[in-house]
Amino acid sequence: MVTMTTGSVPPSEAEIAEGLTSDWHTPSTRLWKLRVAQVGVVTVIIAGLTGLSFGIKHGIDAGIIASLVVVAVGGAVSWFVRRRFRAWKYQERHEDLVVTRGVMVRRMSVVPYGRMQFVELTAGPFERIVKLSTVKLHTAAAASDARIPGLEGAEATRLRDRLTELGESKAAGL
Amino acid sequence: MIETPAATDGWLRLHPLSPVTRVGRLAPALAIWFVLSVSHHESSQGSGEIYFVLGLTVLLCIFGFVHWLVTRWKIDGDTLRIETGLVRRDSRRLPLARIQAVDIVRPFSARILGLSEVRMRLAGSGSTDGKLAYLPDLAARELRAFLLAGHHDLTPEAAEAAEHPLAAVTTQRLAASILFSWLSVILIGAIVTLLVIDDLTPKTGAKAVGILFIYLLSLASALWRRLSAGYHFVAVEAPEGVRIRRGLLQTVSETIPNGRIQAVRRVEPFLWRPFGWCRLEVDIAGSGTRNQRGEGSPVGRKSLLPVGTHQDAWHLVSRLLGGPTPELTPPPHRALFKAPLSYHFLESGHDTTHAVCVTGRFSRITAWVPLEKSQSIRRVQGPVQRKMGLASVHVDAAGRRVRAEFRDRTVAEADVLVAELTDLSRAARTRHGDATPERPLPVAGTAPSGWYPDPTGRHESRYWNQEKWTDQVSNGGGTAVDPLQLSSAQLSSTQLSPSPR
Repeated sequence: MVTMTTGSVPPSEAEIAEGLTSDWHTPSTRLWKLRVAQVGVVTVIIAGLTGLSFGIKHGIDAGIIASLVVVAVGGAVSWFVRRRFRAWKYQERHEDLVVTRGVMVRRMSVVPYGRMQFVELTAGPFERIVKLSTVKLHTAAAASDARIPGLEGAEATRLRDRLTELGESKAAGL
Repeated sequence: MIETPAATDGWLRLHPLSPVTRVGRLAPALAIWFVLSVSHHESSQGSGEIYFVLGLTVLLCIFGFVHWLVTRWKIDGDTLRIETGLVRRDSRRLPLARIQAVDIVRPFSARILGLSEVRMRLAGSGSTDGKLAYLPDLAARELRAFLLAGHHDLTPEAAEAAEHPLAAVTTQRLAASILFSWLSVILIGAIVTLLVIDDLTPKTGAKAVGILFIYLLSLASALWRRLSAGYHFVAVEAPEGVRIRRGLLQTVSETIPNGRIQAVRRVEPFLWRPFGWCRLEVDIAGSGTRNQRGEGSPVGRKSLLPVGTHQDAWHLVSRLLGGPTPELTPPPHRALFKAPLSYHFLESGHDTTHAVCVTGRFSRITAWVPLEKSQSIRRVQGPVQRKMGLASVHVDAAGRRVRAEFRDRTVAEADVLVAELTDLSRAARTRHGDATPERPLPVAGTAPSGWYPDPTGRHESRYWNQEKWTDQVSNGGGTAVDPLQLSSAQLSSTQLSPSPR
């Protein structure tokens, strides 16, 4: 269990008694590595270009300083990205799915399975390279925000199937 | 039941004057254009424009007529079928049980001819709504009564009768409320400024009027739309929900169905506060459109009361939500530094059935969300809130921005709230599910054909052919024939369709 400050829900007593709360799961570590790598590549390209243009215009020293500044910014961004994607957590409970995310703004969503309208499994081109996919739970409310990125193939399909099954068995109307 | 010119096979047509009514809606624009082109002609700028406008009108009439010719509808058992379209054929089946609301809209041109448009809205879909434009007034009302009766298990007579008024808005109050809105303040301010400028330097004044004219006109037309939409506003209690009638030139009669309300919002605008007025809005499932990314369900916002006193609003809210509303508590004092502009309004509370939250900076907005409608519970904590030990809890209802926000509560309270609201919503959902099944299944055709316990009790089992009981009976393996004869007492006491063993 995580501490209260990270925004976890204390499981209800009945759930503890029945042992229904599962542990917190986290997305694959490949996710933040992928994101950091993406930031790194973009940083290198931008740093090269700025260094080149500054170097031609104001001399080699200016070019080196400019690219170092860009690299520093890129480093800060990748640090943020790493923290951001490592903060993602989800928990399948008896009646609902709990998703926690965010470092600066911490968000936690509790979405009952019965409210689920459909489950979406997506994988972008970069995610496909590292064989990860995103599972998103759609409810009738646009704000529900139950998205879990960076799931490995088997886990993503398992989660999708389980959510679909639970959604059907507990379905409630609008 | 409904007398409209009949096509073949029970198919019905719309009223033959429908094309005229359709074109009639565009008549003012066409007339203005025509007058303009005639005046152009007189100043000898060519006569082509006159013929263009006339030709366009004729073309519109022809299109309207073809549309009328290829449109037909009928009630086929428990579905309403509408077929339309010449090039791209559009055939819709609207299951009567899924029709959520039936609105009658009467544009001005239709009112002159005594016609009405019937709009049907279904749950959980934005695009498959049906509309029939136009039917004679009486037929439209009968059709609405029939459709609503099918959904709410009422006789058509009961669906139309038994209304008692809940709230009404006088024209004076409506006009005053529109006068005391930001739009009219801007409009009046702009006009006064222009007059002053014109008085001082006529040349600049004329230029400014030329530039601003179109903006002022659109402001004025927005104000006019508000007046015309809220004119003669009456909310009445009807068996299937709250029915609203309103409109000056185009009259609308719409229904806010029981149990379809996702949220109720009371808005008290800054300028209305001296009078103690407020307006009410409701969010309803099954109307409106999806957003561009297709997220969320189509949930429409309807005005439940364009302007009224707190007492009127209270009356309506308690009718819609039933029972008293929970006690509200303000967030801790330190939240003042996090939300200095809205702290004076912030309040929230919940009971076992509803979450109520007050937010707003200048306008005070009170939102009621029935917990049974909550889609998700969220806890959000920004960096400033974390430093101050505060957190917000959102109860989301279906729609894009429909929610109750418990803003800036203490962390401990927020954690308790999340757990409590989750449990209460679950309980409310289950309770609701048990008490009122969403759609009562029709008697015939529910169970698959087969042998079921004999409803008369004379034999072990009797054959059900998916629609009715047959004469085939079975006792201990052997079959026999025994006509089904139920006494009236048995008819009322026994099930007419089999229950699965």
